[in-house]
Amino acid sequence: MSMARWIGLALVAAAPLAGMGDYPLHLIILCLLWAFVYTGWAIMGRLAMVSLGHGAFLGVGAYVVVMGWNHFHLSPWLGLPLALAATALLALLIGYPCFRFRIVGHYFALVTLALSEVVRLIIIALRDYTGGSLGVTPKTALAKASWSLYAMQFSSKLVWFYVVLVVWLIGLWVWTRVDRSMARLALEAISQEEDAAASIGMSVTRLKLGVTMVSALMTCVGGVLYAQYQLYVSPETVSGIGISLQMVFGAIAGGMFVRLGPTVGAVFTLMLAEGLRLSIGHDIHGLDTTIYGLMLVLFIIFMPKGILGAAIEAYDKRRRAPRVAPA
Amino acid sequence: MQIFDIFLLEAVINGILLGGILALLALGLNLIFGVIDVVWICYAELIMIGMYSVYYAHNVYHWPLALAFLGCILLVAALGALLHVLVIKPVLGAEPINQLLVTGGVLFFLQAVATLAFGVEFKNIGVSLPALQVGGLYISLARLIAFGAALGGMVAIYLLLKRTYIGTAIRAISQDRAIMPLMGVNPNRIFVLTSALGGALAGLAACLLVLQYDIHPAIGLSFGPITFMVCVLGGLGNMVGGFIAAFIFAQFISVGGYFLALEWGYVLAFLFFIGMMFWRPRGILGGKR
Repeated sequence: MSMARWIGLALVAAAPLAGMGDYPLHLIILCLLWAFVYTGWAIMGRLAMVSLGHGAFLGVGAYVVVMGWNHFHLSPWLGLPLALAATALLALLIGYPCFRFRIVGHYFALVTLALSEVVRLIIIALRDYTGGSLGVTPKTALAKASWSLYAMQFSSKLVWFYVVLVVWLIGLWVWTRVDRSMARLALEAISQEEDAAASIGMSVTRLKLGVTMVSALMTCVGGVLYAQYQLYVSPETVSGIGISLQMVFGAIAGGMFVRLGPTVGAVFTLMLAEGLRLSIGHDIHGLDTTIYGLMLVLFIIFMPKGILGAAIEAYDKRRRAPRVAPA
Repeated sequence: MQIFDIFLLEAVINGILLGGILALLALGLNLIFGVIDVVWICYAELIMIGMYSVYYAHNVYHWPLALAFLGCILLVAALGALLHVLVIKPVLGAEPINQLLVTGGVLFFLQAVATLAFGVEFKNIGVSLPALQVGGLYISLARLIAFGAALGGMVAIYLLLKRTYIGTAIRAISQDRAIMPLMGVNPNRIFVLTSALGGALAGLAACLLVLQYDIHPAIGLSFGPITFMVCVLGGLGNMVGGFIAAFIFAQFISVGGYFLALEWGYVLAFLFFIGMMFWRPRGILGGKR
């Protein structure tokens, strides 16, 4: 990493120590958390595997851990590997046949959409255990202490800030690793022309499955952290079509082809929603999402590469322009 | 045992009636996909807007119900054409997945606009139709009307596509988009027309659904996903396949919901869908690959 990046990172890490209020800190935590999840989505999204089913992985992560804690007194630290295993199994069950039988494009998007709906409906249908649409709160371990490592519950926002900061950095590292791997190049070739790629010996199913696993597991971790941080989950906020589309749009708005794109997308969408809500207020119900939806449409039409993608492209063009010889 | 059978029979019949509605929903989406090659993720939200239009026309401005229905169909048809011109047309040349996502943005937008304009309260047009008693069975008249109207709508579309000049042009475009402009057909006009037609079908569905369900801004989410599943199971763009798939799905929901809770009916239907995708990825009428 260059010097500038280290300084930038140090500034972000030190920011809360400067005596920031709880609300801005809360926003930063949510930004980093969703940035991590969007980055996870974009790892496979940028390779032409547009999944509308990531709500399923988020929901499995959140609910496995909370259910384990509430009903079996299973520490979230043990629930986490369990959730990861369940997510991996789910990703394998849906991914292997999809890639084996070459379900791509619209079909892939709609099959994965069905998956996220299945998870949402199962959570609602098991309402005796999960609380149904009303959602569920992990049993609190904060009655006597302000934090409990065993229950993965911390009342201090500062702790959560550093946790999600580290997780987000790991997410960016994973992105970089995938970006620089042969698998990424192979998958890009596959996304262009699957038959040709297979004919020169690329194992399409295995490559796609690998990147899907990485992406699904990251989303699952995001779901676990979200549940433990918010201490409340409901089927609508962690699974189903709504949250799945939100992930897709966050990643697209920021730019899913560049490393920090999904992060920019998360910051942008969250700040937009919060900003609109603060400036307009709760009185006019729905105005903030109206503007949000409108902007999403405009983004996809006029700026399909996203904010950061377009900015980098413009910057590169300006820097290179004088050197290009006229054709 | 006798009682049990009657209730099961009722579930099966309700499933058939529900199948009619699902088939109508799928028809509009299939028509659009077959011709324009775009999936309107926001299709169910157009229906939601249509349902609100019936409510406002009938209950607030006291139009007669028939007029309100007509207005609804025309309004949603106009919305469909507008959607194509404003949103789909600019991305027709882009990646196919962008076309799907842009309508996802419209989904958010329409839902939010409905919340903004109509509020989050549940609304009901307050027209309650009696249940018919046939033998020992109770059959909802609203569902029967919906089933009949859905079949009628489908026959009308079929005749339009097969018997008129414009219908021939639509079918031709769906078969070969490159050649038709050379034959003197303006594809753009056909696209707008097809979108309006798809919108009109959504409007008809809205009229039928408003008789049975309360209206709220998120109602689209409750039958949007199932509509996509029906279309994909039947083979995107394959209208006959969609018709058959609608009835299969409806039986899963209705009979599954009879044996277990309603959500489990949906869960079964979705799981069946995912399973079928691996057996016949091109839809039930498509060839096995």
